[in-house]
Amino acid sequence: MNAPLPTLRDDTRLSHLDWLEAEAIHIMREVAGQCARPALLFSGGKDSVCLLRIAEKAFRPGRFPFPLLHIDTGHNYREVIEFRDRRAAELGERLIVRAVEDSIHRGSVVLKHADESRNRHQSVTLLEAIEEFGFDGCIGGARRDEEKARAKERIMSFRDEFGQWDPKNQRPELWNLYNARTHVGEHVRAFPISNWTELDVWQYIERERLALPTIYFAHEREVVLRNGLPVPVNVPLASGELTSPPRPGEQIVVRRVRFRTVGDISCTAPVESDADTVARIVIETASTALTERGATRLDDQTGDASMEQRKREGYF
Amino acid sequence: MSTSEDKGLLRFLTCGSVDDGKSTLIGRLLHDSRAILADTLQAIERTSARRGMEAIDLSLLTDGLQAEREQGITIDVAYRYFSSGRRKFIIADAPGHEQYTRNMVTAASTADLAIILIDARCGVLTQTRRHAQLAALLGIPQLVVAVNKMDLVDFAQPVFERIRDDFLAFAAGAGIGQAQFVPMSALRGDMVVDRGEHLHWYDGPTLMEMLESAPAAAAPHAHPFRFPVQWVCRPQDAANPALHDYRGFMGRVEAGRVAVGDAVSVLPSGLRTRVKAIEIGGEALVQAGAEQSIALLLDDDIDVSRGDMIVAPEQPPQVLRQITADLCWLSDLPMDRARTYLIRHTTREVRAKLVDIEHRLDVNTLERMPAERLVMNDIARVRFKLAHPVFADPYVLNRSTGAFVVIDDSTYNTVAAGMIVADADAAA
Repeated sequence: MNAPLPTLRDDTRLSHLDWLEAEAIHIMREVAGQCARPALLFSGGKDSVCLLRIAEKAFRPGRFPFPLLHIDTGHNYREVIEFRDRRAAELGERLIVRAVEDSIHRGSVVLKHADESRNRHQSVTLLEAIEEFGFDGCIGGARRDEEKARAKERIMSFRDEFGQWDPKNQRPELWNLYNARTHVGEHVRAFPISNWTELDVWQYIERERLALPTIYFAHEREVVLRNGLPVPVNVPLASGELTSPPRPGEQIVVRRVRFRTVGDISCTAPVESDADTVARIVIETASTALTERGATRLDDQTGDASMEQRKREGYF
Repeated sequence: MSTSEDKGLLRFLTCGSVDDGKSTLIGRLLHDSRAILADTLQAIERTSARRGMEAIDLSLLTDGLQAEREQGITIDVAYRYFSSGRRKFIIADAPGHEQYTRNMVTAASTADLAIILIDARCGVLTQTRRHAQLAALLGIPQLVVAVNKMDLVDFAQPVFERIRDDFLAFAAGAGIGQAQFVPMSALRGDMVVDRGEHLHWYDGPTLMEMLESAPAAAAPHAHPFRFPVQWVCRPQDAANPALHDYRGFMGRVEAGRVAVGDAVSVLPSGLRTRVKAIEIGGEALVQAGAEQSIALLLDDDIDVSRGDMIVAPEQPPQVLRQITADLCWLSDLPMDRARTYLIRHTTREVRAKLVDIEHRLDVNTLERMPAERLVMNDIARVRFKLAHPVFADPYVLNRSTGAFVVIDDSTYNTVAAGMIVADADAAA
């Protein structure tokens, strides 16, 4: 017959958030311990906000053993850029910003047309920054639950001199023994919150009372409905310039929306929502019928393997 | 989910032979626990229809890479997430193909529980025995044997009972610990998350109930304290004199517990001191247990670096300059006996040279064979000589301080996984 079910030891088990947090701290310290020149990718988005909290828990009262790095496409929401700068200043940590615009001037990024999404071109600017500073480890906030190709990626993910990810040639990763060794010119991408889901991120933000850019919370916004998604229009950039004009024939409407994911203006759409507090977002996330990317990304729907392809080219 | 209902996290892997319905089972678990969202389901529906299938192919959920879709096979371990409302789960989804022993070993290294799938029409196969033995070798504390495709044997109770008895007979001979058994149809959904309508004679728990109540066995609190040092925090902040003498030793408690005031010793120096404070992110704790990432402050000013280990002084680990281990070779380049390799054990990295291959394990029969070389997927008992000592426990006692990986020092690839076996002669 079946063996009796073993009893739970409630006194000794970490809650799932505590366990995920402890694992993420461990991974971040391994990057610091194994890499000579790491950097932490900080975009101002919710996942990288969690990374900053993990870094505080990992290294305080010391300073972070890495600078923060942001690859700015120039098409970021003003609120997010302001938040990014404020947060870095509050933490007293060094923030490095490198711009896709500069890569365009250098000629390393060539746009097919001026209003093309700059999202995938971030890879070029990122690799240029990695070369400029000699970074050998880049900590990022990617999660395996985001996308099928991510589900296959290692926590310590090896990249060659071209920043390429080769899914067939990944280092096996066993126990909690991570291998961040690289030769000159190569680097690893480290993902401390690989094992987190979108809901875990929101629960963590709620528990730790983390501040976020305001656009994560429900607000009124001018949008057009494009392929059924509310696409923001006439968005003011940090520079004051307006971007994302409506296309001919599109009608501007005002909708109550929030962003589930924040990226380049040209490729992230908000969702219609009344959730204006973290607690309400947690409830909405727990009961949503759409994936984060399915609901919000305009660039991931072009093919079954678009993320895999971009990661092979050095995308985060 | 409120904290009182939070049963922590459970990591498990699924294994079985090709075509026993593993992908369908994972799809079913995700689907019936409502972890698959509408847009993902629609994408799978479209692909299923394009391939001329009548029903949704739930296995499409798990094969994510281009090459996998092209070849219709799974080529690497993937990790998937779902929640039952009572608990969070991480599935390590390892391919079933025989040539991928290394992937099963990889997936098993972090699992608290293994689900071994058996096709009810086929019964216990070589592959079943192999996976059960690998699970036991990797020290997975809990085994669930899922007898799948019961719909294809008319949900017959005697079929289930015969398979269960076959498994138990072989397990008793192979030193495999206790297992739980559940009959199911992953295709129809019986006994996976819901009980279904076809297995009235079975009154045990569903697979999901087993997963919800299984202990998260990975945390070895009862073991002696082990704290490999990852990072030394010395802020030396000129603006803050209080931090001038701050020395925090940061790492993860790999086993046991530690409380402020506890006596500890530091390896390799062997010096003893007491714990002055325990912190996370600069905030004080009174005590900490296994799997917590903390900073330790000590009473005395002892020199401690990354790679050292802070331990319970009365029950220290062995200090080894030679290790005997079960090694799984993971690389497509065979092991070269002439070379030295790097061994990463906890936070320590040491040079190592192979001294001897005691035997190679035939993973199908568990027979010990002589061997001169090791190739991908081989499991062998080997002995290494180390340039510097490691502080180790036998793997059967401690999965953290008993495990290591081997790194090729020219490519820096991870080429092998090792589990240290108790060996009185190996002491330095």
